[in-house]
Amino acid sequence: MSALGGLAPYVLLILVGFLPNEVWRMLGLAFARGLDEDSEIIVFARAVATAILTGVVGKITIFAPGALATVPVTVRIGAAALGVVAFLLIRRSVFAGVATATAAIVAGVLAFGDQ
Amino acid sequence: MSVPPTDAPALPRGSAFLGGLRAGATSVFMVVIVGSYVSIGALAHDLGFPLLWIVLSSLLIWAAPAQLILISALGAGAPPLEVALAVGLSGMRLLPMVVALMPLLKTPATRARDLIVPAHFTAISMWIESLRLLPKLPRAGRIPFANGLGTALMAGAVVASVIGFRLAQALPSLLVAALLFLSPMSFLISAVRNARVTADRVALVLGLVLAPLLAWRGVELDLMWTGLIGGGVAFAAHRLREALR
Repeated sequence: MSALGGLAPYVLLILVGFLPNEVWRMLGLAFARGLDEDSEIIVFARAVATAILTGVVGKITIFAPGALATVPVTVRIGAAALGVVAFLLIRRSVFAGVATATAAIVAGVLAFGDQ
Repeated sequence: MSVPPTDAPALPRGSAFLGGLRAGATSVFMVVIVGSYVSIGALAHDLGFPLLWIVLSSLLIWAAPAQLILISALGAGAPPLEVALAVGLSGMRLLPMVVALMPLLKTPATRARDLIVPAHFTAISMWIESLRLLPKLPRAGRIPFANGLGTALMAGAVVASVIGFRLAQALPSLLVAALLFLSPMSFLISAVRNARVTADRVALVLGLVLAPLLAWRGVELDLMWTGLIGGGVAFAAHRLREALR
């Protein structure tokens, strides 16, 4: 972009980066007043947050950003599935699952990536 | 208000903060955050942002998806209003996360302003680790613990983004692709680990399926609808199970 010199990028950081993001945290703080952890609303909030969370994962896996887009979509889906299977098989270790999925991405690209 | 656990000894605030720092430093998310922010730092460098800017963006925004959107959209010269809208949409998930986290932190003596810092630290990594670790801790130490956890993870992000910024030209694209895959995979697997009740399990599966489906059909605000529909159906399943009990 042209306006990367001077103060302009910092003003943009606050106005179009920090504020539109932080407003949700502060709204969450306002909504959470008076709720305790056994409220049914908390169960609902957790379910919404969890669905959005795995939704982000689904979107990144199918419509990958940046350098990840160079990895074939079948490799991305296969690697994600392998990661979950590894987690379930290897003592429910998150590290094992993430490491397996990442290794599967690299292996998949080396095997099928260059058409 | 539920009864605080009595089996664990009460810790002074300082050691609870240190405990949080340690939990953050040894969390699997530290590996994930370092990997992700190396790729974010490299991207910011390639698009011509100053190093101080990327450091400030990690401290102020503290949400990798929003930072990726901000850097790539501003870097491509997108209109600021459009960028603000995209960042705002990606940040929407923080609202239910903060709502679900704050009641775990509160004691009757907690002042509203004590919760501002942990609310700012709330991001997927910190949220998942907090939901996992906080219930085991005495209630009085939970806010400093959460602040320690957030501080450690954020420090990891800042250092990693500086490293990525400096190494940008040396990183091969396959490595960057693998690094970009770290955070979605850790989110998915941690969500599987943390899903103990029906509502969480149903929401997890629906989110995974609904979001790409809605995005593919070109539905606007796809993540918001994913949250409301997936979360709503999951909550209904939870109520049904409770009613049948």
